[in-house]
Amino acid sequence: MEAIGDLMSGFAVVLSWQNFVYMVIGIVLGVIIGVLPGLGGANGVAILLPLTFSMPPTSAIILLSCIYWGALFGGAITSILFNIPGEPWSVATTFDGHPMAQKGQAGEALTAAFTSSFVGALFAVIVITLAAPLVASFALQFGPAEKFSVFFLAFCSFVGMGKEPPTKTIAAMMLGFALAAVGTDTVTGQLRLTFGSTELLSGFDFLVAVIGLFGIGEILLTMEEGLSFKGKAARINAAVVWQTWKELPRYWMTSLRSCLIGCWMGITPAGATPASFMSYGIAKRASRRGDKFGTGEIEGVVAPETAAHAAGTSALLPMLSLGVPGSPTAAVLLGGLLIWGLQPGPLLFVEQKEFVWGLIASMYLGNIVGLIVVLTMVPFFAAILRVPFGIIAPIILVICAIGAYTVHNNTFDIIMMLVFGVAGYFLKKCNYPLAPLVLAIVLGDKAEESFRQSLLISQGGLGIFFSNGLVSTIMALGLVALFWPVLSNLYGRLLTPARPT
Amino acid sequence: MTHTLRSRVVAVAMTALAAGLYVTPASAWEPTRNVEFIVPAGTGGGADQMARMIQGIVTKHNLMKQSVVVINKAGGAGGEGFLDIKNSKGNPNKLVITLSNLFTTPLATGIPFSWKEMTPVAMLALDEFVLWVNADSPYKTVAELVAAIKAAPPGKFKMGGTGSKQEDQIITVALEKATGTKFTYVPYKGGGEVAVQLVGKHVDMTVNNPIEGVAQWRAGKVRPLCVFDSKPLAGKAKIAGDLSWSSIPTCKSQGLDIEYLMLRGVFMPANVPKDAVDYYVELFKKVRATPEWAQLMADGAFNQSFMTGADYTKWVEGEEKRHRNLMKEAGFLATN
Repeated sequence: MEAIGDLMSGFAVVLSWQNFVYMVIGIVLGVIIGVLPGLGGANGVAILLPLTFSMPPTSAIILLSCIYWGALFGGAITSILFNIPGEPWSVATTFDGHPMAQKGQAGEALTAAFTSSFVGALFAVIVITLAAPLVASFALQFGPAEKFSVFFLAFCSFVGMGKEPPTKTIAAMMLGFALAAVGTDTVTGQLRLTFGSTELLSGFDFLVAVIGLFGIGEILLTMEEGLSFKGKAARINAAVVWQTWKELPRYWMTSLRSCLIGCWMGITPAGATPASFMSYGIAKRASRRGDKFGTGEIEGVVAPETAAHAAGTSALLPMLSLGVPGSPTAAVLLGGLLIWGLQPGPLLFVEQKEFVWGLIASMYLGNIVGLIVVLTMVPFFAAILRVPFGIIAPIILVICAIGAYTVHNNTFDIIMMLVFGVAGYFLKKCNYPLAPLVLAIVLGDKAEESFRQSLLISQGGLGIFFSNGLVSTIMALGLVALFWPVLSNLYGRLLTPARPT
Repeated sequence: MTHTLRSRVVAVAMTALAAGLYVTPASAWEPTRNVEFIVPAGTGGGADQMARMIQGIVTKHNLMKQSVVVINKAGGAGGEGFLDIKNSKGNPNKLVITLSNLFTTPLATGIPFSWKEMTPVAMLALDEFVLWVNADSPYKTVAELVAAIKAAPPGKFKMGGTGSKQEDQIITVALEKATGTKFTYVPYKGGGEVAVQLVGKHVDMTVNNPIEGVAQWRAGKVRPLCVFDSKPLAGKAKIAGDLSWSSIPTCKSQGLDIEYLMLRGVFMPANVPKDAVDYYVELFKKVRATPEWAQLMADGAFNQSFMTGADYTKWVEGEEKRHRNLMKEAGFLATN
């Protein structure tokens, strides 16, 4: 096969010692960037981009893409240990990862997260290797209507899945939509709900909201419960990695499903964040232990992490082959390509073989190196939980504040973070689920944008959402997911007609 | 004792030497800390690429002692970035790169800022606009396209563009006026996305910048019909088959009397010392002399006009008036 031959020559390019050193540096930097909330992969890559101009393009992209892999790995660490997502795509990891840490299983959760990340990335790289041209043309079919249907599916797979009453889920989601509407409206170019305040021009940044709702909210809750961190009993030894690995193959079905969701969302390009949410939602539905999700199920860590990494990796494909970035980090890398004198687009694969296959080969190696680096750090990370809460809480607060500030270099965001923290505390106390709220803040404006673009194209007709096979199928899946509780209830009644209540 | 004395002598000598070195003839002013380069747009767009390119050139060729830090402030159609400059009066360590939103954002949204509250530094280049259609579409010339649009019901033809009430939509309205037709304008977030929507046939035409469309053109997926400038583009290098940038006719020669160029220029906060402005003008002259810059200009078929000082201010003034008229005619002015 031609692709395999190209890949081998790619490995030959990557396996020079300089490139290998860049790879390790990139991964370590990336993990650090991923751990710090706010300083996302996109910022990290943007900051380091100018330093790479004097390097050969292949080495430069290896360094930068390894920062990206590192950030993807690193995002899970704080999510699991402190319930603070380091990156937007690790929000879903907190749902089960943090309860696991509270049960004393931080080591298991981290191992599961890192390993699933690796599996997702590996799957995506294989897809890129074998099916790059085919996949690129699939992405072309996604116009506004198709994109909306994907977001619709993401929302629907979330409604009614929680233990909370559906009305509370919907209320939380609506609040999220309202918050997402603040700022500039892309379709009309007008400002909405800013009430003349210049601070609100760019709306509520998702990261600030998440750092507040989860990070600060969690600290407030822990304080109320008496300043004790429940993760103290964590077993910390190297064997935890092997033990977890023995358990993981049991969830192959979840992994495979999450890989597919991830690749799909990365390529279309919707991004890693919706991928992780959708994958978590569907895993909860499909799993036999679905009702236990949210209390520390390892499967609930596997699903979002696999999908996020598969999406993050496959997001590079539309960037290379179409020039459309599938994620913010990919957007920065895209700028880098242009500066190095490479033109992303359909011809990149033909004209710059050495570069493209060098990059793909570095994805394989970078992820293997990344996995080894982060796994060796598992015992160390888990040990952080042994530090008394009285010491660690102020440190977390400071990190959260720095993170919120870094998003836009704006002190107003720190105030917003605190407001969201208090709001998060009360929402939790009143049993409103935070996940649908966060989902709506992340995807709300994108969903609205593609909905309105579709209506512009159809000149107001809703028929556009059922105008071809692709969009109709996704919409239908969404509707099934939305009414699943009702449907399964009906099905259950049909099976047991005569049983008295 | 002798030791301290000797070190003092050495210190004095060093200071004298350093002072001698620092008496440079040109401008005495230099940035005292990192220079913030504000981009009033998101990462990955044209302005962002240019800013990061400049940052890279300055670092690579060691053009400045302090570093350049690129910061994106895209909120409120770039208003966030411009307000930051407006509120940094007298700070000589801050620059902003502009796109047309320098004029359109205050007009369309009412966000309170104006270029008059900033210090113009230099025009780096002007970005061109090209009318593109899908390569599979039957339209080979502007006349064929216009005839087809006229034959179809109003709003049937869809124009994809970046943002709302900004440059792409201004050109769209001008096109509608010039041809007496009506399009449906569909706004997207960035030029790359617009190009792909055209390739995927979700829209019928776009007015992307050359650099946003070139990759798809080379791959034979899109076709340029005309360029919105008074003279054809300069690039003679072959891009798609035998065609080069210079083979695209002007829109005027095709019967569409529309010209539109977008400013890629640099501004500073108000009330900065004149020496500082001079320093940055020199800096950008050095940037423009590098091969990396020449490459970017060629790839993106930029119009390489360079202006500073009073010329630049006058140009900006004229351009603001023009945008006010264009926006007014299009009905894009903020109502409140």
